[in-house]
Amino acid sequence: MSMNTISHYKQTIQEHSAEYAVREALESGRKDTHNVFISLYEERALARARQVDEGTVSGRLAGVPFVAKDNFLTLGGATTAASHFLENFHAPLQATAVEKLEAEGAICIGKVNLDAFAHGGSTENSAYGVTKNAHDTARVAGGSSGGSAVAVALGTVPFALGTDTGGSIRQPASFNGVVGIKPTYGAVSRYGVVAMASGTDTIGVLASTVSDTELLLEVLSGQDERDMTTLPDYFIPQDKPTGKKIGLIKEFMADGIDEEVSAQILSAVEKLQSDGYEIEEVSMPMLKYALAIYYIVVPAEISSNLARYDGIRYGTQKGNDGSLQDVYEMSRQAGFEAENKRRIIIGSFVLSSGSFDAYYQKAQKARTLLIREFNDLFERYDALIGPVAPETAFKIGQNTEDPLKMYLEDVMTVPPSLAGLPAVSVPVGKTKDGLPVGLQIIGKRRDDAQILAVARDVEAQYGQ
Amino acid sequence: MRSLAQLSALRLTDDEAERLTSDIEHILQYFEQLNELDTDGVPATYYGMDLVNSSRADEVSDTQLSRESLVELSEGGNIAGQVMVPKVL
Repeated sequence: MSMNTISHYKQTIQEHSAEYAVREALESGRKDTHNVFISLYEERALARARQVDEGTVSGRLAGVPFVAKDNFLTLGGATTAASHFLENFHAPLQATAVEKLEAEGAICIGKVNLDAFAHGGSTENSAYGVTKNAHDTARVAGGSSGGSAVAVALGTVPFALGTDTGGSIRQPASFNGVVGIKPTYGAVSRYGVVAMASGTDTIGVLASTVSDTELLLEVLSGQDERDMTTLPDYFIPQDKPTGKKIGLIKEFMADGIDEEVSAQILSAVEKLQSDGYEIEEVSMPMLKYALAIYYIVVPAEISSNLARYDGIRYGTQKGNDGSLQDVYEMSRQAGFEAENKRRIIIGSFVLSSGSFDAYYQKAQKARTLLIREFNDLFERYDALIGPVAPETAFKIGQNTEDPLKMYLEDVMTVPPSLAGLPAVSVPVGKTKDGLPVGLQIIGKRRDDAQILAVARDVEAQYGQ
Repeated sequence: MRSLAQLSALRLTDDEAERLTSDIEHILQYFEQLNELDTDGVPATYYGMDLVNSSRADEVSDTQLSRESLVELSEGGNIAGQVMVPKVL
């Protein structure tokens, strides 16, 4: 797996050709033992590989294959968001993130699985079946960027595009033993990505190494006039962390965390201490409320964002022999998965006139208190750390009957999302059963380079 | 649940409505813990970032979208360069 780096691919391309590298990746994609792929973009990928070999396309990622989560609009095939709604949707344009990678010569070989519309944390809510964990096929890939994480973990491609609204990059990265970053909100353009909750949606990458992650974030980040929430360019990779004083979040290490996960995190803490880091336990009393805040605020945005799927403008259409209301209701009934409907209903409830103050307003005020706690800690600490999830990858089907239990899997990833903070998951060893554990490193806004510098020090302790 | 389904433009089956009612009751109970918090006088964070509006220059620019590509992608085909859309009503 240590061979699964961008520089290794560039060497292969130099020795053979970009077409060779892309054919190898496509071949691995066709075998698809873990139900990673929704579609392969064979024709377009090979055509672009030949352009690289002919010298008409060049760049820092020339000829390097990658996959995109199937909620990025791409040319070359369908963009389904893993839903029935968009099963035949062919986008007329590409997401800015994909365009930026292509401008550096990278080649999208296909689109990978997710929870439909990115609603979920296990890739079990897909209309195209469950993606299996790279380390144990009886277990979930995590999600919602499950296909992205497994594609990198299996070595099909050296990196993958993902989206993270409340943990959808970090948690599958942790479950499959790869690096995954959710950058600061606004660091990477969301243009051309199927929206979930616009206030916390972020675009990021999953890769095998921290260095590759840095290179990719350098390529992807920057202001985009087509996404007015993008930040002016600020990301510059740094060799060393600007400070080594770190807070270990006490609430994340408390009851409910798997013992083996806790042991691996504490072992990582010791390794960092031996590397000159000063690590103190810190407390964030507001963390216990973060999940409730998230599952009020985000479904509210989901119910609004998904109103665009009306069966008229694009996607599945049903009921067109009846009234306009029939078209809306029957198209949405047929096009959405159960979890999509659950979140839309929650959102409609918390935004309805009788509940708005008690739920939505209350949650947004509580969110302010959570952000204040983060801000206070970042006055004193250069980064915060903890686990990514309370346990390792769970068994397929284990949580599907109890939606609240499934939501509780997100308890450690949603807090930075609500505050717009950057957070990265970096592998820190495995359990006795061989399941990977990820360390989450959280930074203050725009401190993406800082948390990646810490992540590189962590990586160095474990080897790649 | 029926009224929420209507607000959400979802035509749920009876089984779905029943299941969602129980799920949502369970989830709303979990939300109740926010009532422990004193949020009097706390401003709401509707949006997490410290951004202000930014404007681009008002200039004509190329988009990736061409009329030809839209016509080509239209599901209903096209007649003399005009996009056919599916029947709605």
